[in-house]
Amino acid sequence: MSKVKSMEQAISTAVSDGDCIYLAGFTHLIPFAASHEIIRQGYTNLEVARATPDLVYDQMIAAGCVDKVTFSWAGNPGVGSLHAFRRAVEEDVPNPIELEEYTHFGMTMRLYAGAVDLPFVPVKTFAGSDLPAENDNIRPVQSPFGNEELYAVPPLHPDVAVVRGQRADENGNVHLWGIPGEHKEAALASDTVVLSVEETVDESVIRSDPNRTLVTADDIDHVVEEPYGSHPSYAQGYYDRDNEAYLNWDEESRTHEDTQEWLDEWVYGVADRDEYIRKLSSDRLLDLQTGNAHSTTINMGES
Amino acid sequence: MNYTDTELMVVKAAQKLQDGDSVLVGVGVPNLAANLAKRTHAPELRMIYESGTIDSNPSSLPLSIGDPVLAAGAASIESLHGGFNYYLQSGRIDAGFLGGAQIDRYGNINSTVIGDYDDPDVRLPGSGGACEIASNVEKTIITTTHQRQRFPEEVDFITSPGFIDGEGGRERHGLREGGPVAVITDMAVMGFRDEEMVVESIHPGVEREDVHEATGWDIEFANDVSETEPPTENELRLLREELDPDGIYL
Repeated sequence: MSKVKSMEQAISTAVSDGDCIYLAGFTHLIPFAASHEIIRQGYTNLEVARATPDLVYDQMIAAGCVDKVTFSWAGNPGVGSLHAFRRAVEEDVPNPIELEEYTHFGMTMRLYAGAVDLPFVPVKTFAGSDLPAENDNIRPVQSPFGNEELYAVPPLHPDVAVVRGQRADENGNVHLWGIPGEHKEAALASDTVVLSVEETVDESVIRSDPNRTLVTADDIDHVVEEPYGSHPSYAQGYYDRDNEAYLNWDEESRTHEDTQEWLDEWVYGVADRDEYIRKLSSDRLLDLQTGNAHSTTINMGES
Repeated sequence: MNYTDTELMVVKAAQKLQDGDSVLVGVGVPNLAANLAKRTHAPELRMIYESGTIDSNPSSLPLSIGDPVLAAGAASIESLHGGFNYYLQSGRIDAGFLGGAQIDRYGNINSTVIGDYDDPDVRLPGSGGACEIASNVEKTIITTTHQRQRFPEEVDFITSPGFIDGEGGRERHGLREGGPVAVITDMAVMGFRDEEMVVESIHPGVEREDVHEATGWDIEFANDVSETEPPTENELRLLREELDPDGIYL
């Protein structure tokens, strides 16, 4: 049965105030169309989890959607600080936020534990660091097979994950190529999963190359076809990262008022992603077009 | 030939890498250093990025650790979980580059907060993968500018462990061997002796007293402390013409 719907329908069905949500994507395929829809629909008191809050959560923090951030690296990648995140932490603007802080590996293993339903996973990190002293969810554990002491983290079970891929069938069997980040673990760890793709394709396309499948339909609740759904992040082979937008955000977010102006123009001021993309200049979109580098086709054989 | 502080730092960082090393690279100075090493003395260097790209071969300068140019043409691409588990935690990576807001005499790095954790003066980005890199690679190479506030005797917060509380610190805390091997600044190149930072070479035009003043403790100088060898013309040409032609980081 087709799970295809609009982003507006998918978000309004999946998300509630107070939810823990995970918008996946490690620099690649970040679901900006979904975060903008969450902001437009005005959700509040969200716990937002992500290894890298990135612009995607900085904008949600500025919009007042967020009570808590669970994360491991809160910077503007390749640029500097996340100003809205810092204003919330340092000055309680627009509201104070609680932090739960890990390392990338710690965050990833929390999702992994959630995905495979383990009560904890041990990790070779945190020893000698001050992070365990500030986070009660990072605890020492003794190996049952020797004297080695490690740290362990508990599972993360978000209420809602938004994950992306380049293409999927209408049931949610999804192909992703390029940097997979934590899309798979986020999908498998979460109660409700919204999948957003650059294009929907016939099921036969997915089944022609099953090794490229990230997760299958069974774990996907809603499918949204959203071209340019990751701008200013990117989709390998579809469009490049808009580095200028990351640089511009550094200026556009210097004060809380600046962020409100930006949100008014680019989020509240447009109805959906389609209108957002139309608002970007065609020169800018042309600059983001990728060249071609096709993989060699493989033969799955036929019996 | 004239050169900038950053160019000198990139060249010195590149020289710390050996041919055949697997190195975990970040953007900026580390990326330039690794690519310079690969084009000079270490053609078999294997560049791995936090985003999970294995043996990347970037056709142009990557502007983030997940830049599409790191994915296209890589030998393999892992998930975040796969990269950190199979490559880093397993001990398959020889070297890693780190920076930070503060570095102390034992090579501990702070990239989390200046001031108190619960009421910070400055909230910094946090660990990212830095803690597990510092914990699991054999040699950590640190690059930063040399200022007194960046080199306190003790960091405000240990994000990424060096030798923690000095000699034997890693073993006491259950960390595998390894740790920081070099701190490269705009003033000097430091190494570690008995797990404490010592100045090994001072850059041309910088006085011993300048380094002393810019360091928050009475830093030791090696007996054979020398003047840092400046970059060669070939190294500068590669950097300026091939690796960062638009001067984004240099």
